[in-house]
Amino acid sequence: MADVSLRKVVKRYDEVEAVRGIDLDIADHEFVVLVGPSGCGKSTTLRMIAGLEDISDGDIMIGGDVVNDVPPKDRDIAMVFQNYALYPHMTVAENMSFGLRLKNYPKAEIKSRVTEAARMLDITDLIDRKPKQLSGGQRQRVAMGRAIVRNPKVFLFDEPLSNLDAKLRVQMRIEIKKVHQKVRTTTVYVTHDQVEAMTLADRVVVMNHGKIEQIGTPNELYHKPATKFVASFIGSPAMNFVPCRLEDVGGKLNVRLTDRLAFTLPPARAARYQALSRSDKLLLGIRPEHVLEARPHAEPGVEPFDAMLDVTEPMGMETLVYFTLEGSQVCGRVSPNAGAQDGSPLRLAVDLNNMHLLNEVTGAVL
Amino acid sequence: MSTVTIDKSGPTRKVKYGSMSRDRTWALRWSYFFLTLFAIFSLVPPFYMLITSLKSSAEISAATNPWWVYHPTFSNYIELLTSNQFLRFFWNSAWVSIIVVTITMLISVPAAFALARMKFWGSATLATGVFLTYLIPDSLLFIPLFKMFAVFGDWTGIQLVNRWYVLLFIYPTLTVPFCTWIMIGYFASIPKELDEAAIIDGASWFQTLTRIFIPVALPGLIAATIFAFTVSWAQFLYPLVFTTSTDQLVLPVGIITTLIKGDVFNWGQIMTGALLGAAPPLIIYAFLMDYYIAGLTAGATKG
Repeated sequence: MADVSLRKVVKRYDEVEAVRGIDLDIADHEFVVLVGPSGCGKSTTLRMIAGLEDISDGDIMIGGDVVNDVPPKDRDIAMVFQNYALYPHMTVAENMSFGLRLKNYPKAEIKSRVTEAARMLDITDLIDRKPKQLSGGQRQRVAMGRAIVRNPKVFLFDEPLSNLDAKLRVQMRIEIKKVHQKVRTTTVYVTHDQVEAMTLADRVVVMNHGKIEQIGTPNELYHKPATKFVASFIGSPAMNFVPCRLEDVGGKLNVRLTDRLAFTLPPARAARYQALSRSDKLLLGIRPEHVLEARPHAEPGVEPFDAMLDVTEPMGMETLVYFTLEGSQVCGRVSPNAGAQDGSPLRLAVDLNNMHLLNEVTGAVL
Repeated sequence: MSTVTIDKSGPTRKVKYGSMSRDRTWALRWSYFFLTLFAIFSLVPPFYMLITSLKSSAEISAATNPWWVYHPTFSNYIELLTSNQFLRFFWNSAWVSIIVVTITMLISVPAAFALARMKFWGSATLATGVFLTYLIPDSLLFIPLFKMFAVFGDWTGIQLVNRWYVLLFIYPTLTVPFCTWIMIGYFASIPKELDEAAIIDGASWFQTLTRIFIPVALPGLIAATIFAFTVSWAQFLYPLVFTTSTDQLVLPVGIITTLIKGDVFNWGQIMTGALLGAAPPLIIYAFLMDYYIAGLTAGATKG
């Protein structure tokens, strides 16, 4: 097991820079998820760590050694691919033991490792089957087994659950987490699914346009996003953004959304945003769970307003309501008993204790 | 317990898939019609060969029904199979074909792997070039090739012309390009992740080829093998040009040159020889038919 470090890593394809100078330190035993939209450079980064892509600039270190020019087989890594990449002519046991057999491990050792991994992944009964006789979830387990038996320094996962249906994906997500709790191997995991990233990771690396937007624990990313991209990418439904500006009214700081709608900021927020220019174009960022139905005795900082609902989505435990503010669609989450109906007005409240203010031009969270 | 009655008295109009099934029936009828026509067309010559091979020379030249054997005899078979000359042709053909197939596979499989997977400068152009060489007909190539071997013989003193093994150098010019092309298609259809997984598992390029690619592309390999064998076995122009001594001849040329004496055609033995000569490819096809078809179709859709 080992730590992994990336120093100013760049990947260029002819004219295009797919990865633009990434710095990342992954500690021993850590589970790090690279997440971002397609084309953000996350898979390229993973493949560079694996050695399947040359790096154009910078350094990659595994266990303290620079591995820029080390071939994949000597990096002591194991990789799980999106399409499983199982060898179709080999049985499950042969698939799992292929790497060990190439390295001429003793037969008894191979057998015990395969048995142990199969037991851990609950595929002992399938050991003599060929990949085409297995379901998608089983194949993914075998692919993980193939990685585990090698006992490598680092596990690399390249969108391993994208080919599975939604239910199985949730199940395998838990399996992956369990396996990591048992083997504790340093893991780098790539996904475009922010839910997977949040649920699996010790730390999440959000990437966009070949750069790292933010690195942090799932909670940090959710509650303290650094940029508009992170704020909108993490969380489902996504955070709402409404154009606004600050104004001083009678010694208090207000955030004005429309001519008729302004909220007084709670003292803590007011102190934080006091220094901002009153003429700046800003965005009010607010998560759907902080746009809720108005209650008679609201906490301080929870400001009521009237909204004309466009659409409602009953989800069972809650109802999602959508309305328009200053041309922006806003989503709120209300109780199923709040009486929300398509095309009818509803008294809502916004919890400004959990608001964010963003610079509309730079996208930075202030 | 309450019983649930299901109202079945709804519309009972019979659903007709008339036009669909009528189309299908007609399509099948036409298919059978043309398939039968084609089968008759292609099976009449071998049938005629079989009939003739069972006749004596006297009966062949007699004015009887040519489609019927009145006095069947195995004399043609016995004569050919006990003639050293014919067996010599047979063995020459067998050796040439087996060695050519081996050479072809040893060259074209690694070549195809390199062209399909190890992206190097000019690999795409080279792959196309390989195929283009196959498009040049042998009737254009045999004169320059003959000249080459003659000059080679003059310079080095190693005489290859009029030796059966000269064919081992010539046939691969036909088989290697085509087999390489087939195998490129096969290898290209294998997902990229498979060799990446093998590389991460610690396999070298050679191990990736032998332990992953060859087993996975086995149907393609068999298709290519059958092709190489058929081409080598049935080749006529090159051996006709390059070999002249009776003991150096291969089967197709041997039958023609030794069984046609001047203007006397020994039809019974010619037909017997041709029939016996057609047997080995037929046997190979019969055994590997399933693989061959699987191979051809896979190549067609994925290649």
